[in-house]
Amino acid sequence: MSFERTQEKLKILADAAKYDVSCSSSGSQRTNKNKGLGDATGMGICHSYTEDGRCVSLLKILLTNYCIFDCAYCVTRKSNDIKRAAFKVQEVVDLTINFYRRNYIEGLFLSSGIFKSADYTMERLVAVAKKLRLEENFNGYIHLKSIPGASDELMREAGLYADRLSVNIEIPTASGLKKLAPDKKREDFIKPMVKVKNEIIQYKSEKKIIKNTPKYAPAGQSTQMIIGASGENDFQIMQTSNHFYNTYNLKRVYYSGYVPISYDNRLPQIGSAVPMMRENRLYQTDWLMRFYGFDVSEILNEKHQNLDLDVDPKLSWALRNLHEFPVDVNTADKRMLARIPGLGMKSVYKILNARRFRRLNWEHLKKIGIALNRAQYFMLCDSNQFERRDLSPEKIKGLILQNSTSKYRSTLSNQLSLFG
Amino acid sequence: MHNRNLIYDGTFDGFLSTVFYVFEQQLDAVTIQSESGVQHIMFSENETIVTDELKANRVWKGLNNKMSKSGHYQLYYAFLSEQAGVENLLLDYIRYVFSTDLKVDKDFSHPSVLKIVQIAKMVGREKHRMEAFVRFRLTKDAIYFASIEPDFNVLPLISKHFKRRYADQKWLIYDIKRQYGLFYDLQKVDIIAMEFPSNFDFTKTNTDYFDQQEFEFQKLWQDYFKSTNIESRKNMKLHIRHVPKRYWKYLSEKQPY
Repeated sequence: MSFERTQEKLKILADAAKYDVSCSSSGSQRTNKNKGLGDATGMGICHSYTEDGRCVSLLKILLTNYCIFDCAYCVTRKSNDIKRAAFKVQEVVDLTINFYRRNYIEGLFLSSGIFKSADYTMERLVAVAKKLRLEENFNGYIHLKSIPGASDELMREAGLYADRLSVNIEIPTASGLKKLAPDKKREDFIKPMVKVKNEIIQYKSEKKIIKNTPKYAPAGQSTQMIIGASGENDFQIMQTSNHFYNTYNLKRVYYSGYVPISYDNRLPQIGSAVPMMRENRLYQTDWLMRFYGFDVSEILNEKHQNLDLDVDPKLSWALRNLHEFPVDVNTADKRMLARIPGLGMKSVYKILNARRFRRLNWEHLKKIGIALNRAQYFMLCDSNQFERRDLSPEKIKGLILQNSTSKYRSTLSNQLSLFG
Repeated sequence: MHNRNLIYDGTFDGFLSTVFYVFEQQLDAVTIQSESGVQHIMFSENETIVTDELKANRVWKGLNNKMSKSGHYQLYYAFLSEQAGVENLLLDYIRYVFSTDLKVDKDFSHPSVLKIVQIAKMVGREKHRMEAFVRFRLTKDAIYFASIEPDFNVLPLISKHFKRRYADQKWLIYDIKRQYGLFYDLQKVDIIAMEFPSNFDFTKTNTDYFDQQEFEFQKLWQDYFKSTNIESRKNMKLHIRHVPKRYWKYLSEKQPY
């Protein structure tokens, strides 16, 4: 391959792909076959981190940034005046293999602008994955984008070579999508998602009977929504997210704070801040739903349509539900332990194990590594010291904030620092 | 009674043989030291322990029966931390394990257990980092070569990972600090010692030793690393927390362009 041309293309097509936030490389069970290259079992690995602090796990590129669509929020939209480029199938294969051999990456994340038609594009993405698997005996991780509107036959084939498939719904509501991407329809996004979901279900049931059924997208599928581009509130966003988790068995929904890339007056203007803080709170909510046993309606509902920015969503929920506390860590069940602000699932695991040996007191809990600054107002342990005052939610919140240095305080505070 | 200072050869088997000796002799006041780091301790007599694989295996098996699998691993991980005095912490822990019928490796509020779990966690983190941060460079004799300087002795822990993953290429991972490496010859992984030319600079990719292709792929990787960054989200504090500066000199993407 010609070095200079590949270099030029890589710069353009990596730059265009970076707004896709998924970088997960875990959850597959693809083992090394016949002394080939690569292995995608076990946990994902972040091989590096960019200066914005995001993980670099996969070679994330577009096959091309030529696109027939004109979605306002997208940097590769047809009307945008940018350099265009397209990789050949072999170039992507060579880059992937050589990066992988040097232990730079866990595998490939291949997306694309849509040229000619959905099927024409999807066919090329599949061709790359197929070549990697069949000709290079590559067993690393492959994440392919499902192109909205692609045929069922192609989606079936894609899943045979890819570990994960994803299609980004991008805008959380149908009305927002109509405004910002008038040529796209919700149904086009949903179609490949439904096909992949059904194939995965079928694969799992067949595998029970025939052990060597060929793998189908073993790391499942995911999607992404842009946050802060089309005016939705957090309640709407998480309802959509919850719907997608439940209806399409998604492994992950990603939230991507909108990075202004356009002077289009339907969107936040260039230079306005990326809503990173809000993005973080949405992820925390997502985790509470998936791992902490919360129902989304407990955190966001008609009465609370937006997440607090200054405290995390679990603390915020606890402050609204003080009647559930204090919880005794020596007797409470797992479900309630997981609801104490400041306790992560790892702390819950440690407490459940440690308390079989002795009753735990503050000293133990501190050593185990619990964030007592938040937790102390919500729990009892083997000690006669506990919060006896009947504190109001506002008072507790004040005390907690006073004793913490929130990573976001600087971005939240508009006050002048007089003595700084 | 005098304190006994037991000196072993620095290997894990040596350490386990020492533990065997402590239990066999029912010693109470002992310290255990590796022969490479012997410090004289006042009012104690030194005693050298001979490594005995059979005894070591008996201790290791005995521990296995009294612990969960993860607890068993944690012992070995903590040993590989090479932290000063870790042998004595391990001995305390092992004594606790053998003192009761319960499986105590998840007794997280017990000081010995907590300490070992914490050290093992640090070693585990370093292992995972090395699986991530090893950067192979293709040499002229077609070996993918990487040099590392891990805080802890993690080479024994990463061998399997790399063998499984890079089954079809020859590779060598060399620990500069401990002066030994792992070499995979397409069949098996060997532990090897190596001599390098006196002017060999581990952080540089020199045309004398490395394949021409190597320079191109390093450039492409550096380009990729830059292009995939989103400038308006820049967060160096987070970046450095994920990739601490002490690892930078062996990361291709962090080299001068």
